[in-house]
Amino acid sequence: MSDTTISQGWFTSLANPTRFLALSGRILPYLATAAVLSLVIGLYMSFAAPEDYQQGITVRIMFIHVPAAWLAMMCYSVMAIASLGTLVWRHPLADVAAKTALPIGAAFTFLSLLTGSLWGRPMWGTWWVWDARLTSVFVLFLMYLGLMALHKAMDDPARAARPAAVLTLVGFINIPIIKFSVDWWNTLHQPASVIRLDGPTIHASMLYPLLVMALAYTLIFFTLHLMAMRNEIWRRRVQTMRRQAAQSIGGGA
Amino acid sequence: MMSHEAFVFLSYAATAVTLAGLLVFILLDGRARRRELTELEAQGVRRRSKSAGGSS
Repeated sequence: MSDTTISQGWFTSLANPTRFLALSGRILPYLATAAVLSLVIGLYMSFAAPEDYQQGITVRIMFIHVPAAWLAMMCYSVMAIASLGTLVWRHPLADVAAKTALPIGAAFTFLSLLTGSLWGRPMWGTWWVWDARLTSVFVLFLMYLGLMALHKAMDDPARAARPAAVLTLVGFINIPIIKFSVDWWNTLHQPASVIRLDGPTIHASMLYPLLVMALAYTLIFFTLHLMAMRNEIWRRRVQTMRRQAAQSIGGGA
Repeated sequence: MMSHEAFVFLSYAATAVTLAGLLVFILLDGRARRRELTELEAQGVRRRSKSAGGSS
């Protein structure tokens, strides 16, 4: 048996919702503990970090703004991979993963816009500007809301799965636009200072708290996402059971 | 104009409220779904796969 067959077998076994519920139930306590621990350490490091010589104390907003923006994009990337799972492999949990990531991604995008605005006001002198970075992130926020509305508009999750997956993949074009907007256009938003080909340009005293906070946000995302996926599986089970009960009553009448 | 400390406080407070709100929403949603499942099972409704001896 090749390695591919083994990994496909493991992947396919996860498609069984009952097996997924059992596995996620075992993982969740450890994931949640790791998320809380890394958040506590990250917050301590964020407030122990020195103030910026130009920005003063407002640089502390960076430790929650940048991870929120990263997670807003990562969450959409997770949704795009899940959408491929829906369209190509027809993995039963792929649509569950994509749908449940939506409100979490919307929350992180909202936080990146809000904290960015609260950082922009004292540093740029304005709450908002329609530059390429801010506008493309705002478009991402609208895409999250639009996809949530699409799921809400259809009662049967199976009917919403494929159009939502197609729309998610089409919208993925916005992710590289967000990332490179600061290089392609003249923006008020600063260019990248952590994920760069020539390495980070932030001093270690601020880089390490930022990375720990990014890890904490990532763990928070996966904790909330697993919890939301379990809820969605239960929701679909309730729907199926109600439909079966209605059919049995209808058949018996 | 607010002080710089106020901008930092508002940013952290908004983040805490949003993430805590999301957590509470997901926890309450899970509790409601589990309650519905328990009620349906108490009424004798079984999933077809379960009643047929399946595992999913």
